[in-house]
Amino acid sequence: MPTNEVIQGLGLDDYKFGFVTDSEPVFRTRPGLDAEIVRQISARKDEPEWMLKRRLKALGIYDAKPMPDWGGDLSELQETLDQTYFYVKPQEQMERSWDDVPENIKQTFERLGIPEAERKLLAGVGAQYDSEMVYHSLKEEWESKGVIFDSIEDGLRNHPELFRKHFGTVIPAADNKFAALNSAVWSGGSFVYIPPGVELETPLQAYFRVNQERLGQFERTLIIADEGSRAHYIEGCTAPVYSTDSFHSGVIEIIVNRDAFFRYTTIQNWSNNMYNLVTQRARVHRGAHMEWLDGNLGSKLTMKYPSCYLMEEGAHGEIMSIAYAGDGQHQDTGGKVIHVAPNTSSSIVSKSISKGTGRSSYRGLCKVYDGATNAKSNVECDALLINETSRTDTFPYIEIDERSASVGHEATVSKVGDEQLFYLMSRGMDEAEAMALIVRGFIEPIAKELPLEYAVELNRLIELEMEGSVG
Amino acid sequence: MNDAAILSVTGLRARVADEDLHILRGVDLTIRPGEIHAIMGPNGSGKSTLAKVVAGHPAYEATGGSVTFRGEDLLDMEPDERSQAGVFMAFQYPVEIPGVSIANFLRTSLQARLEDDEELDLFDFQELLMERMELLDMDPSFAQRPVNDGFSGGEKKRNEILQMAVLKPSLALMDETDSGLDIDALKIVAQGVNTLRQENPDMSVLLITHYQRILNYIIPDMVHVMFRGRIVESGGPEVAMELEARGYEEYRKAHVA
Ligand SMILES: Nc1ncnc2c1ncn2[C@@H]1O[C@H](COP(=O)(O)OP(=O)(O)O)[C@@H](O)[C@H]1O
Ligand SMILES: [Mg+2]
Repeated sequence: MPTNEVIQGLGLDDYKFGFVTDSEPVFRTRPGLDAEIVRQISARKDEPEWMLKRRLKALGIYDAKPMPDWGGDLSELQETLDQTYFYVKPQEQMERSWDDVPENIKQTFERLGIPEAERKLLAGVGAQYDSEMVYHSLKEEWESKGVIFDSIEDGLRNHPELFRKHFGTVIPAADNKFAALNSAVWSGGSFVYIPPGVELETPLQAYFRVNQERLGQFERTLIIADEGSRAHYIEGCTAPVYSTDSFHSGVIEIIVNRDAFFRYTTIQNWSNNMYNLVTQRARVHRGAHMEWLDGNLGSKLTMKYPSCYLMEEGAHGEIMSIAYAGDGQHQDTGGKVIHVAPNTSSSIVSKSISKGTGRSSYRGLCKVYDGATNAKSNVECDALLINETSRTDTFPYIEIDERSASVGHEATVSKVGDEQLFYLMSRGMDEAEAMALIVRGFIEPIAKELPLEYAVELNRLIELEMEGSVG
Repeated sequence: MNDAAILSVTGLRARVADEDLHILRGVDLTIRPGEIHAIMGPNGSGKSTLAKVVAGHPAYEATGGSVTFRGEDLLDMEPDERSQAGVFMAFQYPVEIPGVSIANFLRTSLQARLEDDEELDLFDFQELLMERMELLDMDPSFAQRPVNDGFSGGEKKRNEILQMAVLKPSLALMDETDSGLDIDALKIVAQGVNTLRQENPDMSVLLITHYQRILNYIIPDMVHVMFRGRIVESGGPEVAMELEARGYEEYRKAHVA
């Protein structure tokens, strides 16, 4: 097995986004959660009555549902939540020009490479800081074609009918405890509408930054890809390193209408004091194609299972995920595919790397309803263990009520072996370089799907400070 | 005097780390620049172990004797240092590295030889790779395949030779590279080795084989017979001929007693 020095040298634990920005919020709720806080959030957003009612109802559902007793260790979560700020408003209003964003917040995003990313031909960029989107912009070219890319609040304000028709239809508040929580306190996130036939040539990108200590971030994203459209949305997340735990619980709802194509890419790189419990689900209609590309690199505990509900004939869903669990981290990730209609197809490819005391779990569901004739699904999950203390588990649930369905499942666990390391070292690579090459090769099938700058970032993470580990 | 030796093995004893039983029980071997030495011997006699100890495999522990490479103590060096010093081993059982293309693998191997602030010139590398593949009659698409992943036995062996041709070692340890190759592939591999030796007449080869056949194409200066962890006979190419005819029976009789 590789030496500790070399493993340190992989650099995956070296978190470069852990800095804190000195910024005063303009408003924040007191720590903890109750109906009054929900009312405060709703009032700040100047929401219609129906939304407040929904929030309060969701709060009731949240309170009634027990903490999940599966997945990761949530035994200390309640204690964290009692101390958490559920809403922190960073600035008076969202800006559409980068120049108008307050200096310190702007610098934070510049340090994270956001305006730079925008210059690289993105169709649109959103940036959330604590509980609110501080910046959102869409290129004129796409705006003129009817594309909507806005903060979720502006979506509700400016497109009330479209919003109300779809909000909460893919992930109802009662879906799970954290979906209920998000439905009660949601703040920030994007509202996206791609009109029929419009093909976005470059991605939309949203960036989520937590700055406030003991913050709960609850962004809510609603995306409607209308008939025959094509688009790609990228989400990235980071946070400072604090000694206390933070909490992130987003809800992402996507509707992919007939013959549309949508890809949602997440690169979650939270600091390792973050609970990251996210619900992501797409409803996929006739002949449409949905892809989740999910990279989970950071956090203390992530529980996240992007899912595709294949509702009509010929719908296709794909989930590709990479998880990295470093010392003390637990990545409980996977995917769900639900086949409701005939000739639907899906695939899940999940790769995890566990290092030190890190733990990764693959948790997946493949369900085929009676009548979903000729449904096809394939699941592949591969785990790579770096140390003897690293751990991985697989929980593949398969429920098939249709005889003509064909479902495949394959799982592998491998260790970085002495033979592999020696082979590479006998060609002149030092142990750290050899290790990095093995890890990169392992994730290559998914990494090659990532947008270039994220792939580069991933490689950098794997290689970082390699030199230092050798000398 | 062994001053001129590129590889000098003296009284080498080695075992699997922390196990009692010795696999190498006093090996002596001297190879001078430009020489080709063949080692033959029955399965399990320690041929691969000798190659791996010279290349620095961490599973083995040298408990006595010495191994020097151009006068430097090889046993004191890490496997990557040995590689960079000019030692290369073509593996008997090459290892799969999924997701890493041969081109990427070789590029990383060459990059590792440069100083930290030096970048391998990618055009030069591409040119070198293509030229070496042509030499070995390989299709350029081969370089895009993941290292040894799903390769046939013959493809794995040829991949080893390609790596050797790109890394240009001064000492090549070839462990049963000829096993599993048909006669055409064998000729190509032999021609590759001979071309490398023309390019660098000082390149030395330690060729581990079971078959006299390859020695018709790569003519050895010396042939050694290894038996139970020792070299029990050394001579010219005629030793290989005799072995082919008589087998190892006489060694068995002589050494079991
Ligand atoms: N890593 C190892 N662990 C245990 N036994 C080993 C190991 N490597 C070699 N051996 C044993 O040492 C002996 C010599 O092996 P090897 O050097 O591979 O022989 P050869 O290459 O001549 O066939 C064999 O009995 C083999 O089983
Ligand atoms: Mg052998």
